Amino acid sequence: MKRRSAKRIIPGFGISLGLTTSFVSMMVLIPMLFLAVQSSDAGWSGFRKALSDPRILAGYKVSFLCSFAAAGINSVFGLILAWVLTRCRFPGHRLIDGLIELPFALPTAVAGIALTALYSDKGWIGSFFAAAGIKIAYTGAGIIIAMTFITLPFIVRTIQPVLEQLDEAYEEAGRMFGAPRELIFRRIILPELTPALLTGFGLAFARALGEYGSVVFIAGNMPFKTEIAPLLIMSKLEQFNYDESAAIALVMLVVSFAVMFGINCVQSRAASFSGG
Amino acid sequence: MRKDVWIQRLLIVVSVLFVGVMLALPLIVVLTEAFSSGLDVFLRAVTDPYTLKALRLTLTATVSAVLINTLFGLTAAWAVTRFSFRGKGILSTLIDIPFAVSPVIAGLVFILIFGRISPLYPFLEAHDIKVVFAEPGIILATVFVTFPFVARELIPTLEARGTDEEQAAALMGAGFATIFRRVTFPHIRWALLYSVILCAARAMGEFGAVSVVSGHLRGKTNTLPLHVEILYSEYQFTAAFAVSAILAAAAVLILTARNIVEYLAHKEDDFNVR
Repeated sequence: MKRRSAKRIIPGFGISLGLTTSFVSMMVLIPMLFLAVQSSDAGWSGFRKALSDPRILAGYKVSFLCSFAAAGINSVFGLILAWVLTRCRFPGHRLIDGLIELPFALPTAVAGIALTALYSDKGWIGSFFAAAGIKIAYTGAGIIIAMTFITLPFIVRTIQPVLEQLDEAYEEAGRMFGAPRELIFRRIILPELTPALLTGFGLAFARALGEYGSVVFIAGNMPFKTEIAPLLIMSKLEQFNYDESAAIALVMLVVSFAVMFGINCVQSRAASFSGG
Repeated sequence: MRKDVWIQRLLIVVSVLFVGVMLALPLIVVLTEAFSSGLDVFLRAVTDPYTLKALRLTLTATVSAVLINTLFGLTAAWAVTRFSFRGKGILSTLIDIPFAVSPVIAGLVFILIFGRISPLYPFLEAHDIKVVFAEPGIILATVFVTFPFVARELIPTLEARGTDEEQAAALMGAGFATIFRRVTFPHIRWALLYSVILCAARAMGEFGAVSVVSGHLRGKTNTLPLHVEILYSEYQFTAAFAVSAILAAAAVLILTARNIVEYLAHKEDDFNVR
């Protein structure tokens, strides 16, 4: 009884919960149910096509491989950036720190055309590679660059708070005992960062997988080669092929939810570990 | 020890180069391309009636998304953190879903609900209500994509605060309005401002979801990012970059505002600790 009365002391329970549930039902629950019903209407034939058509399979492959590569690149550079931003002070420190969120603030279409302009054969960066006979824009490399741009903040910003709280005394102790730098990094810093690194990787991967705006400009969108799965959903829709686009969407959603679920597991394990 | 210093310098150089090439260069290229054919061409593209119409729709969608999601964020944060009830976990998961959904899929969902194949379509048709391929669809898609932004920022902030202060105020007879205004709001105002800024940024730049529901009707359902795409695909590169420059300027403004808010919030925290 005591707990029950305690929770009702603060006013506004009914109205806030009521409003929240209606918002969530209208914006999330009902839309998701519609998608589930629509894709089940497509039946097994729709799904079989979404899981067996070679062009669609190639689309998944491009999406997954490029997202994985982008999240990997950002894990390496994100770790370095987070370390430099928390441990070093240098001129331009604040500017770099402030710029990290640019991919969140810059509209993806703008990022898309800017990156295409930079990496095409005549662009500032692309022309260097073109001289060496390497094409970046309109290839898989271009897709990876767009995805790297768009997911850059995720890993930096998940690692940074952990590094800030990490007690330098452990590193100091390791150094006092004469441990080499590599060993200190591998045995002391990295284990502390692993949950944050995995979380950041998962967030970046999921975001890159769904990304459309920045990728379509630089990708070239060649079937079987540089056609990403979200673009397939888009082109099926333009052909009024609702069943197939819903089926592809459901496959992508299942993967995203699996990644999100994995992140939750990593985080709750890390929380219970540090909590004792 | 000397080697440590060198490694540190190397890492700083790597970071600066990476940020310079990946983040600063795209921003610079937008500006140089926008002005590459002179100021006249830039001004003509920016003041083009289609651009202005797109700007108006972008502003409408952004303001709607910010208003709706702020209201939702506040009620959701109040319900989830101030009370315990059954199904709280499920509610939190549902709030997060739009983060996991690709924008293109978000757009697709609204086509399924309000489009030609929807069971609602005959009703909408009979009453001449247009949702997809019209402004309401654009606004809905934008709201969906930015739905969790405010709630996700406020919930941890309120959670960390606990409910003691509100309970004390309620026991002393304060009503909801007084508690919220005098007790809760001062703790969450920076988080609220911060999340509103992020929400506005995302709403302004949304492309995938809006692209699906827009039907690409120029002058009717065009937002600025869609206008950029249309100009670009018509090979009007300078005009596309000119419109992009407006959005890039807005992005830089948003980043600056974000950094100022973060700075002020930190300063206040330090002050409170002392």
